[in-house]
Amino acid sequence: MTTEEIIAHCRELLDLLPAQALERAKERHPHIGGFGVFPVYAPLEVIHAAGLMPVGLFGAGGKIELSHAESRFQSFICSIAKSTLELFLRGDMDAFTGVVFSSICDVARNLASIVKRNAPNHYVEYLHLPQNLYSAGSSAYTRAEFERFRTNLSSRIGRPITDETINRSLELYNKVRRITRALYEHRRKYTGAIAAADLYAVVQAGTRMMPEDFAPLLEELFEQVAARKTRARDGARVVIEGAFCELPPLGLIEVIEAAGCIVKDDDLIIGWRLFSEDVCLNGDPLGSLAGAYLSSNVYTSVRHDRERPRTDGLMRRIADAGAEAVVFAPAKFCEPALLDYVPFRLRLEEAGVPHLKVEFEEKMWAFEAVRTEVETFAESMLFD
Amino acid sequence: MAAATTEKKDYRGTVHSLSRDIMTGWMTQLKEAASNGAPSAYMMISGNCVEILRCFDILPVFPEINALQLAIRKNSLPYIIKSEEIGYASDNCAYVKADIGYSLCGGVGVDGNTPKPSMIVCNFVGCNVYIKWFEHCSSMFKVPMVMLDIPFVREESPSSDDIRYVMTQLHELIAQCEQLTGKKFDLDRLRMILRDSARAERGWTRCKHLCKNRPAPFDAYFDSINMMGPINALRGTREAADFFDAVVAEYERMVADGVGVLDEEQFRIVVEGPPPYPAYRSFRNLFEKWRAVAVQSTYSTVGGTWEFGFEHDPDRPLESIAEQMIIHNLCNRSMLERYRQIRTYVEDWNADALVIHSIKSCRLFSAGQGDMREHFTRDLGVPTLMVESDLEDPRYYSEAQMKNRIDAFFESLQYKRIRKGKSDAQKIEI
Repeated sequence: MTTEEIIAHCRELLDLLPAQALERAKERHPHIGGFGVFPVYAPLEVIHAAGLMPVGLFGAGGKIELSHAESRFQSFICSIAKSTLELFLRGDMDAFTGVVFSSICDVARNLASIVKRNAPNHYVEYLHLPQNLYSAGSSAYTRAEFERFRTNLSSRIGRPITDETINRSLELYNKVRRITRALYEHRRKYTGAIAAADLYAVVQAGTRMMPEDFAPLLEELFEQVAARKTRARDGARVVIEGAFCELPPLGLIEVIEAAGCIVKDDDLIIGWRLFSEDVCLNGDPLGSLAGAYLSSNVYTSVRHDRERPRTDGLMRRIADAGAEAVVFAPAKFCEPALLDYVPFRLRLEEAGVPHLKVEFEEKMWAFEAVRTEVETFAESMLFD
Repeated sequence: MAAATTEKKDYRGTVHSLSRDIMTGWMTQLKEAASNGAPSAYMMISGNCVEILRCFDILPVFPEINALQLAIRKNSLPYIIKSEEIGYASDNCAYVKADIGYSLCGGVGVDGNTPKPSMIVCNFVGCNVYIKWFEHCSSMFKVPMVMLDIPFVREESPSSDDIRYVMTQLHELIAQCEQLTGKKFDLDRLRMILRDSARAERGWTRCKHLCKNRPAPFDAYFDSINMMGPINALRGTREAADFFDAVVAEYERMVADGVGVLDEEQFRIVVEGPPPYPAYRSFRNLFEKWRAVAVQSTYSTVGGTWEFGFEHDPDRPLESIAEQMIIHNLCNRSMLERYRQIRTYVEDWNADALVIHSIKSCRLFSAGQGDMREHFTRDLGVPTLMVESDLEDPRYYSEAQMKNRIDAFFESLQYKRIRKGKSDAQKIEI
């Protein structure tokens, strides 16, 4: 496939609801089941090793009407929680074996309970991912948490999930993450190598495909992108920060670039590409995953890291990307992102880095106001 | 002839003044520590391990109590706005904004009422906002933050891995306290402190259970605040334990005399969610008008669900601290556990209705309370009212709207009662 075809294929997948994406995958893998993965992070390898396709459950992206979920969640709750619940209430997740949530925020935690009550036949897992990365007990605890997940899932599907199969899945996901890192690295180096919205569409499509199908596609894309001659265009080189959970509409990312910014790096779908290097393959895959989770230097707004504060992480991301500004794109009502905005902002102002905040909702469809804001922001830098 | 005097009843009762006295004592210590530099540590209320700090004579400071006091004294808004000026969103927790704004305005430190903490102990027990709040404080004051990551209850009971993880972190906290104070950890002293904790917890439990009586001797939502300070912030002191002995004596006397907090108790309610502190008294009036008394509340269990039988055990000091942090508090348990807790309250405390006060600031409490209303109304047939405002930000409290909702709810309850009375009377006639 050509680059354009790959991107078109990925964009097409984004129009599907999770259950439709699963149906599509079943065309090539008739015997697989589906398993919903609510952001930000979950050990995908355990799910995949169970013969299930981990499907990113990032709400419904404005594709469905909220008929019931609005009465369960108040007006000040983020869209992703509401549309995720709506999918369950509509029966759209019935084909899935289960869903995993984790301790990212108070809303996600309550959502897990509410899904459990309203979809009693589903297996709803809740992972408490460690917030203390440096205790002498952190490593054993994290491994035990992944082990608990393996045991519960295994008992749900009625067959063992062996270390050997997890290792095979780990190898696949290592490959997917490795090529994704390479694509990101290439974009950092070569301005305009791939449009931000295209890269975003590809990474997002990866949450709706089996890794054995996604890895070769990604590989093909990388080879073509790397071989392509790029023409640098003028624009404000920016990093997008704050959209680590709920997904902004593709249109928003397109508008940011169309209005004069060049996206050099971002934290979109960060949980699916969390590790800065390959997870080591050994006889204890869950131990390796636990180690990677604790030591990965990719920061997120949902993990406290005493030794590597997120503010340092953002400054490093800006420097590594050769960016000159930050566009904050928190989802409306996203408490972790909105709270992090303050220290980020203070730090950027201290360092003299321009920034702009653009809140979004998944059902957002009009971008004219954002376009004007971003244009003004970009021009203020270009003609400074 | 001497003029006849009418004795005015203080709706807050004697417990309020006892509580005020010991809380003032603690705040005086805070004020002194602000200037003399005595060691102090920030800590959060829910599932806290204040006993460990006490064991090292580290003065505990609770930013939540600071925020609460700003709100109840109607002082929170300027500080909230101060925080919004530096970038906090209108959708962020207003407890955080009021406390940070207060710190930015000089409320913390040598010239303030609160000491600059020597360290920050982030007891992450359920509420994710705690982490951000304390990260911001740690960065603002440039003091180290100790993370106590408490695994959320996600199975029937915590696993041995969960308990081991917490125990390891408690030992690490102890090492940090030793380093800060230069004092050696004294297990016997901790046991002594826990004895006082357990005595206070028994008292608090007894008070809660006394509300099963009709009339209830105190309002388990509005009056609980008098006891929540001592049980959560002063736990582990002789003063707090003595306070609860006195409170129990007072409430037992009221029960024995058939005296309730309201002269004529009409409705018994369970309240879910924190109160609107900026409008505390007027909100209370809206219920008192209907002679409605809260016989139980979930908010009063954020620090601990002692009424279900747990108390700290001096013979298993650190183990019982870990158990309290993991299991025996509202915040570290799921929404579904909270549904069960409320159902027990409705049934065992003989409540007529559930009132949900949904607050914007605290998603831990509020996210999904529409589902709770659905469950209690439809599945369990418990009349349920849900009203919205905030615990800290006065801009979200609308008195007229609140009054309309509450009046309509109790009118309908009263109407149902009258109809039921008539139909029961008809049955008897038949």
